[in-house]
Amino acid sequence: MPERKIRVMVAKPGLDGHDRGARILARCFRDAGFEVIYTGCHQTPEQVAAAAIQEDVDLVGLSCLSGAHRVLFPRVVELLREKNASDIAVIGGGIIPEQDFQMLYDAGIQAIFTPGASLDSIVEWIRTHVRTGN
Amino acid sequence: MSGPETDGRGKHHDMTETTQKICAGDVRSASRLIRDLEDKRPEARRRLRQLFFHTGRSFIIGITGSPGAGKSTLTDALISELRKQQKTVGVLAVDPSSPFSGGALLGDRVRMLRHAEDTGVFIRSLATRGALGGLARAAGDAIHVMEAMGKDVILVETVGIGQQELDIIHHAHSIIVVLVPGMGDEIQTMKAGVMEIADVFVINKADRPGAKQLRTELASLLNASPHGPQDWIPPIVSIGNLYEPENFAKKTAELMDAVAKHHAHLITSGQLGERTERKAVMEITDALRACILEPVLERLIADGELTKIAKRIQRRETDPFTEAETIARRFLKTGETP
Amino acid sequence: MYFSDETCQASRKLTEQWQANVRQTPATKPDWKNRFSTVSDLDIKRLYTPEDLQSMDFARDIGAPGEFPYLRGNQVTGYRGQPWTFRMFSGMGSAEDTNARWHLLLRAGQTGLSTAFDFPTLMGYDSDSPKALGEVGKCGVAIDSLEDFLALIDGIPLDRVTTSMTINPPATALWAMYCAAADIKGVPLNQIGGTIQNDMLKEFIAQKTFMCPPEPSVKLISDTVEFGAKYVPRWNPISISGYHIREAGSTAVQELAFTLRDGIEYVEDILKRKKMNVDDFAPRLSFFFNSHIDLFEEICKLRAARRIWARVMRDRFGARNPRSLWMRFHVQTAGCSLTAQQPYNNVVRTTIEALAAVLGGTQSLHTNSLDEVLCLPSEHAVEIALRTQQILAEETGVVNTIDPLAGSYFVESLTNEMEAKAWEYIEKIDAMGGMIAAIERGYPQMEIADAAYAFQRQVEAGEKIMVGVNKYATEARHPVPLVEIDEAVGEEQVRRLKDLRRRRNGRAVSQSLADIRAACKSGENVMPHCIAAVKNLATQQEICDVYREVYGEYQDPGLF
Repeated sequence: MPERKIRVMVAKPGLDGHDRGARILARCFRDAGFEVIYTGCHQTPEQVAAAAIQEDVDLVGLSCLSGAHRVLFPRVVELLREKNASDIAVIGGGIIPEQDFQMLYDAGIQAIFTPGASLDSIVEWIRTHVRTGN
Repeated sequence: MSGPETDGRGKHHDMTETTQKICAGDVRSASRLIRDLEDKRPEARRRLRQLFFHTGRSFIIGITGSPGAGKSTLTDALISELRKQQKTVGVLAVDPSSPFSGGALLGDRVRMLRHAEDTGVFIRSLATRGALGGLARAAGDAIHVMEAMGKDVILVETVGIGQQELDIIHHAHSIIVVLVPGMGDEIQTMKAGVMEIADVFVINKADRPGAKQLRTELASLLNASPHGPQDWIPPIVSIGNLYEPENFAKKTAELMDAVAKHHAHLITSGQLGERTERKAVMEITDALRACILEPVLERLIADGELTKIAKRIQRRETDPFTEAETIARRFLKTGETP
Repeated sequence: MYFSDETCQASRKLTEQWQANVRQTPATKPDWKNRFSTVSDLDIKRLYTPEDLQSMDFARDIGAPGEFPYLRGNQVTGYRGQPWTFRMFSGMGSAEDTNARWHLLLRAGQTGLSTAFDFPTLMGYDSDSPKALGEVGKCGVAIDSLEDFLALIDGIPLDRVTTSMTINPPATALWAMYCAAADIKGVPLNQIGGTIQNDMLKEFIAQKTFMCPPEPSVKLISDTVEFGAKYVPRWNPISISGYHIREAGSTAVQELAFTLRDGIEYVEDILKRKKMNVDDFAPRLSFFFNSHIDLFEEICKLRAARRIWARVMRDRFGARNPRSLWMRFHVQTAGCSLTAQQPYNNVVRTTIEALAAVLGGTQSLHTNSLDEVLCLPSEHAVEIALRTQQILAEETGVVNTIDPLAGSYFVESLTNEMEAKAWEYIEKIDAMGGMIAAIERGYPQMEIADAAYAFQRQVEAGEKIMVGVNKYATEARHPVPLVEIDEAVGEEQVRRLKDLRRRRNGRAVSQSLADIRAACKSGENVMPHCIAAVKNLATQQEICDVYREVYGEYQDPGLF
């Protein structure tokens, strides 16, 4: 039986439009063999959750550089939970101070990748932690 | 065939429950089934079989054209038009897989963001996964799933031009071909197949220089091709600047109207029946291929026999035709199931 | 011919001798790396000699300060006549919080103000918009109405301090608030000085803070230029920016080329649309560049910028007033060069980048704080950043002479190379039909995305080093005190807005918004109507909503 393709979504919730990192990640994931749904910036958490379900992704990668992660990231997790889609993993990146990590983990974010994290390490994490088709 | 099944998670799963959910319009189950079909999971085909009886009732519109022609923006506008008419919509947005990594960047959703939360719209991105005709292998299956969900209209947006977009003709009832002036896709340079499959032409970004010439060229080409009195002559809709909202809305309504007229024409002329029959022929051909040829090939590969045969052909000890006949006799005559 | 025959002969002979010596170097490799290139990947030679400048003409290409082509600067007295403005970009939380930070910075010796707005304000949303959830005051100041604005500038003498405002789609609304505030404080419009960033082309290319499509966005910009030329002569109505293009991952040459081509696009548009004479408005066009970590590449980029712009204004647009030929710019040190790991290293980076800006002749400078990669700058961090500029100005002697690196074989050669490469891009975009046409095709966006991806790959392969990240990394932590903005700021803004809407004259607000709408439809200048609207306490979102309604909202084409 052929292996499942990993499907991931890269999204920027909130008003921050700095998408350099998100775009690099999207390209990198494609080069790693994933199917990447890139939904761009200026997304509401509701749009992100709705898209994730429609696309049946294994993972949603959220990027935020404006400090709004504390409100927006947990909201995405919550919305997925409400729609019975908590099997979709959510990871985050951007400008996130270490003191916010625990609060985000508690809210259901599975990993946080801040500036300096290598692209390969993110791909590795996804390959080891994501169980496709769950 | 029916009854409890286990999937990879070890959970027991009533197949009828899944198909019921899909028929009731559940997005996640539908998207998951599309995925299972893309990934060629065995149980997926069984589920599709169950759904098949609920298909065949949607109006399917194909949208094709070169990259940069603005197909996604048009699709987005068509979705709005259809929702105004209270129609439910399914959208398949197809983008190419990378031949190097096998991955894909599926970015068409970006241009359809405003429909993300509309429960009457289901947008699903698909990668071609190596298929050459511009459409994903699983596109036909995905269309069936959306039909079973009860979508009134299904829009299928395919990868750009340069290849022959003939795959789309087997799946869609009405096909829109989108051209853009000044992007080097003048009619002479386009492959013949694309011009012939169009039911409606759109000249997009028609406020750009070269739009008039393109329209004139296109019109004269259409006039020159032979057609009988019953035949449909593809209309040309010129759509200007996206950012002149009133004009753009008027033009997209005109486009929707042209497509609807084509659909009506298909019905009254009996061609709809021809097209759906042609589709059925294609589906049975594909199914036979999947059922007979692929398992045979897989068996030959697994046994190492294919390599052995290939080497003998290389050394000119045998020829492919003789080999094929031998294999066919072996698998068909003896009734051995491949 | 730049040098005499004797000099060239001598140079050639000595260079050959030197090359022979290099070949005999005992090491297995004469270089300790495979490639020596700038951070933007331009290859640099081991040695530059007089021969590299031989095709230059001194008067045509270098000249004197205050003389065409202004390579050595616009001012005849350079920094001895007037140092660059110490202008620290700042904003946080509420207007009162920011006002306190501004007074602190002024007391600490900064000489110009620069406003950082929060994301809702940047995008034209009020603090009570659902889109503002979690964002109010987080990375800049929240300004919804004239009342907030008056609190922001409390105690600031508008006739003696110039203020820059980093604001783009809502620029007309925020500038209207500044003008209204000046009026209320009794300062005539022809005496206030400052800048609004107001550069929408770079938003479509790089920063993505957009609202309306390119055509109407450029129309609104031309309104501000026209209004400024008539009524606010000391104001720079636009700051044509390369900073964000660089932050999005472009190379230095792309930053240079795209910024200047944006400038060309604006000049062409204003000439066509407003029937103004180029000399009527060109003197007030200003620019904004990045200063990244490669010292010489940045110095050369800034010098090349001056020369290219002077040539463009004189030859392409026929400007006669010398002030039209001057390129005046602000510089910010590169945010994207800072690291979260070993954050104190960032002080060193900012220092080098500030030095580059000064040796490049900037008119105004912001230096990043060491903690900006993690949060809003703390008081201590921003003080260090400001002191960096002051030490450069007071202690290092870099201000003693004008354009100290002129004549350097390396610097002039690299300046020429960057200018030539920038012209290639400019001509390519000309051939596409201009910058707006190029943006529609996704050309600058794709160039930037490709450069950003290539750079990231180079960093991960160890070909480009970031100290503390991919070399000299340690497990040790150097915690930096972090500034946090409370959700209470957002809650307070919502309360204020409720109160404001209750108190104000609703009918007057509706009328002023209707006037703006009519001006948009008729093509009239919107600025006077915006000023009237903010005086009636219309919020900046209410004004922006009029633009959205009339002009439509831009959709990200999502190109890869």
